[in-house]
Amino acid sequence: MKFTSALILAGFYLSNSLGAWAGEDAQGKQVFEKWCMPCHGKGTEYPGTLALDARYKGAVPGALEDRTDLAPALVQYFVRNGISVMPFFRKTEISDSELDALTRYLQKQPAQAAAQP
Amino acid sequence: MRQPPGISSQDFVEVIRLFSEVVGKEWVFTSDEDLHLYRDAYSPYWGEAEERIASAAVAPASTEEVQALMRIANRFKIPMYPISTGKNLGYGGSAPTYSGSVVLDLKRMNRILEVNEKQAYCVVEPGVSYFDMYRHLQENSIRLWIDVPDPGWGSMLGNAIDRGAGYTSSQFRNHFDAHCGMEVVLADGTLMRTGMGAMPGSDTWQMYKTGFGPWIDGIFSQSNFGVVTKMGFWLMPEPEAFLKGVVHLPRYKDMIPLVDIMTHLENTKVFTGYPDINSPVLGTPSLAGLHDFLAHGPEPRDDEYMQLLQRGAAPEEYEAYGKRNKIPFWSCAFTFYGPEKVIRAQWENVQARYRQALPDATFEEKEFYNLPLSEEQKEKVQYPAQFGIPNLRTFAIGARSSWNPAPPSDGHAWFSPIIPRDGAAILKINDVLGKAAKELGVPLVFAMNVPVPSWERCFVFIIPFYITKDAKRNKEIREAFRKLIKLAAEHGWGEYRTAAAFQGDVMDTYSFNDHALLRFHETLKDAIDPNGVLSPGRYGIWPKHLRKEKKA
Repeated sequence: MKFTSALILAGFYLSNSLGAWAGEDAQGKQVFEKWCMPCHGKGTEYPGTLALDARYKGAVPGALEDRTDLAPALVQYFVRNGISVMPFFRKTEISDSELDALTRYLQKQPAQAAAQP
Repeated sequence: MRQPPGISSQDFVEVIRLFSEVVGKEWVFTSDEDLHLYRDAYSPYWGEAEERIASAAVAPASTEEVQALMRIANRFKIPMYPISTGKNLGYGGSAPTYSGSVVLDLKRMNRILEVNEKQAYCVVEPGVSYFDMYRHLQENSIRLWIDVPDPGWGSMLGNAIDRGAGYTSSQFRNHFDAHCGMEVVLADGTLMRTGMGAMPGSDTWQMYKTGFGPWIDGIFSQSNFGVVTKMGFWLMPEPEAFLKGVVHLPRYKDMIPLVDIMTHLENTKVFTGYPDINSPVLGTPSLAGLHDFLAHGPEPRDDEYMQLLQRGAAPEEYEAYGKRNKIPFWSCAFTFYGPEKVIRAQWENVQARYRQALPDATFEEKEFYNLPLSEEQKEKVQYPAQFGIPNLRTFAIGARSSWNPAPPSDGHAWFSPIIPRDGAAILKINDVLGKAAKELGVPLVFAMNVPVPSWERCFVFIIPFYITKDAKRNKEIREAFRKLIKLAAEHGWGEYRTAAAFQGDVMDTYSFNDHALLRFHETLKDAIDPNGVLSPGRYGIWPKHLRKEKKA
């Protein structure tokens, strides 16, 4: 019985999450644009991008949206702990669910991962 | 669970339960993980016993909820610390001044209640940031500008009641002065409106500032007398055009007439934009060059210049070098807003005045735009804040960059006393504080520090202090900061605003007639917040039951 409902649930989440991907991607992008882009946008006007350019010296792109190696835990860590002059963000600014959407957006992957128990 | 000092755990559990009934459980934060997010990211006490840490945080969504929370807090004598967007970095961030306070996080109150294009005003809640308002104006094609400080994520309301500054026309650059009408929740939960808002049915709350009787709005700025839940602001109608013209002067001593003429021109409204003084030969950046300077560092110089720099030459010694290499000693950029014909005539007048007083002055038109700006122009302008465009470029200060690759700082605190609008005052404060700062090991990049002319009748002289996460270094920074506060006060220079850690020290320097002003604040505090529940210690004002402890 338990096993069956777990399967049904898994199926539900899977199909649901595939359908919802576009919407969640849009939410993640929105969070990025509101909270991250003013420092981490593409170009030379953004202090976060300049700092990461100086930090990685071309090994990875300075602009976060050009990165393909941003694991969710890493993004979560920096949003909630900050680094250097970047402060951390409260849950009234970026809620846990917005943070999830942001990590998925930066990870450039659809939402299945988040639906796993 | 943490708890406020002097409050029993039983009472605090009950308070948290009552708070949760008001705002819902998800908006009451008590775990260490969540409270970590209410620390001051730029705290000069980071990780030390004296660091100010909240015991809980509660985030209401409406004025009614703020009232309900304050009634509970007042009943149980819980210290509450309101924040707006909590982004007052360098001035305390989202951490309380008194450790153990409950942070009243108003970020969820983020409604733009009204924008009146015809009468050029708006009414906002505390959680509305400059970015939010800018987006609202753009999306609704409203031809009004906001005046933004350097970090665009700050709260319009919060920045104004902390008396912050911006970069557009002089009428709007003092954010507190540009407000019109407040709604305030008092310590016992009473709701009050100031100015015309005190008259039921008045439709001029945002059209006449002072209403009738004593005008009390000022006591809710840099203080702890109430929770401001709504605030009106006068906004700047978008001008037809923008012009920036620069006056270049060759001599060190030209500073004196430069400032005298500039100030007269400003006070007679020949120009209304932000006047931007810098020294090209000393390498101090103008607003226009600030971001490039922060991102790419000082421009490369020849051997002769490097020798001057290395031997710590006095500012005036750069004059001959500047003349030979055709680098002005001083430049001042004047900005004008208005119809093209009018502002070109104003710029003509500025040039005529300088030409008459200093025949070897030269002039340069830097920027001219018909407004509104196109999207491409928005990317190109020298300093977006001069067009009311919010941004976060300022965070390049103290951050890692290609020219500053060493471990960057972890934040900053500004030492920022007010000095007279006078060239001689600039030279004097450089002599006194510049020397002292060097002796205290405070790094000053230039041979001379050029102050900021945010407001028409004074300068703000700013020395940045770089905060770290290293307790030993932070202790040195705090000691140097406090020495400069005292030294400045001995010369009559007082800070206009300061980090929470230094607010008591600065308040102590405003001591005329045995601290009559502070004693007045304390009398007010005891009268309108008898239980001392609102932001104890903010700006050096302590409630009665904590006063002795703090003064001992």
